[in-house]
Amino acid sequence: MTKIISIIEKVQNANDQLAAEIQEQLQQARLFSLNLMASPGAGKTSVIEKTLAELIPLYNIAAIDGDIATSIDADRAAEAGATAVQINTGGQCHIDANMLKIALGEFELDNFDLLLVENVGNLICPASFKLGTDKNVLIASIPEGDDKPYKYPGMYQDVDALIINKIDLLPYVDFDMDYFKQGVQMLNPDLLTFPISCKTGEGIESWTNWVIGQIKTTKSS
Amino acid sequence: MHELTITEQIVEIATRHGEKNEAEKITDLYLVIGELSTVIDDSVQFYWDLIAENTICEGANLHFKRIPAKFLCLECDHEFRLADGELTPCPHCQSNRMKILQGKEFHLDSINIV
Repeated sequence: MTKIISIIEKVQNANDQLAAEIQEQLQQARLFSLNLMASPGAGKTSVIEKTLAELIPLYNIAAIDGDIATSIDADRAAEAGATAVQINTGGQCHIDANMLKIALGEFELDNFDLLLVENVGNLICPASFKLGTDKNVLIASIPEGDDKPYKYPGMYQDVDALIINKIDLLPYVDFDMDYFKQGVQMLNPDLLTFPISCKTGEGIESWTNWVIGQIKTTKSS
Repeated sequence: MHELTITEQIVEIATRHGEKNEAEKITDLYLVIGELSTVIDDSVQFYWDLIAENTICEGANLHFKRIPAKFLCLECDHEFRLADGELTPCPHCQSNRMKILQGKEFHLDSINIV
């Protein structure tokens, strides 16, 4: 005889629970953490390098870099002064909470002020896997095109801050900033936004000042 | 592509609840997926046979209930849906300030067992 069992359990429950554990672990260490997400080539690693250049003199910084293969990104973060660990996801299109948990085991978290998690380059999958980081940041870039919020609403709707990278290319690319911002606004009203150029350095200071403010708030909490 | 991981989760949750209820077999799974949840039901279905093999979920039918995205305009309180799946300003007052009311759901609602 068939029996109906009511469940109502979030499919991502296991990941979400692990993310909650990570959040507690990071909060106990009074460490401010960022999950940086973007499409491939938007400039995640460049943003990390620029951030490190400003903040390494002030803080101890850990970086965890997720990629399908290679340790190129962790090497770049280490070169820029961070204590870096690479996660190779072996084909998986995102970092999940379990992978992050394992990578965090490589660090003495109490010794750090800031953790930068560089997610796998992808505008779909990382949005579905919470990591337990303090803030989720999306890095968009001008050459990707102004229609991305419309095409990838899942990614834009849940982030806490948005970096728009490569603004130095605006004169050369058909990118309608008003159309882009309208899409962002519809999904994520009044989202904190940092237009920057890793190439020219424009806007980097306002981004790093925000990060510094967050580090200080986390320390004093 | 994250549907592989997600399908594994679905098998895990269904198996856990099935075993708790002394199921011999799970025959049907009812999943609720919001329009904005970035989960493609065809992909879940594609992985299903592979992942469910040799579990009490093997051979079970997947049923997907799609929840359409619904927005609330923060200016004029008008509730509206996506027209042809496309994001648009409020059709009533053209405001861009809106809140997502539904469409992000993704859960296993119930299973049928024998």
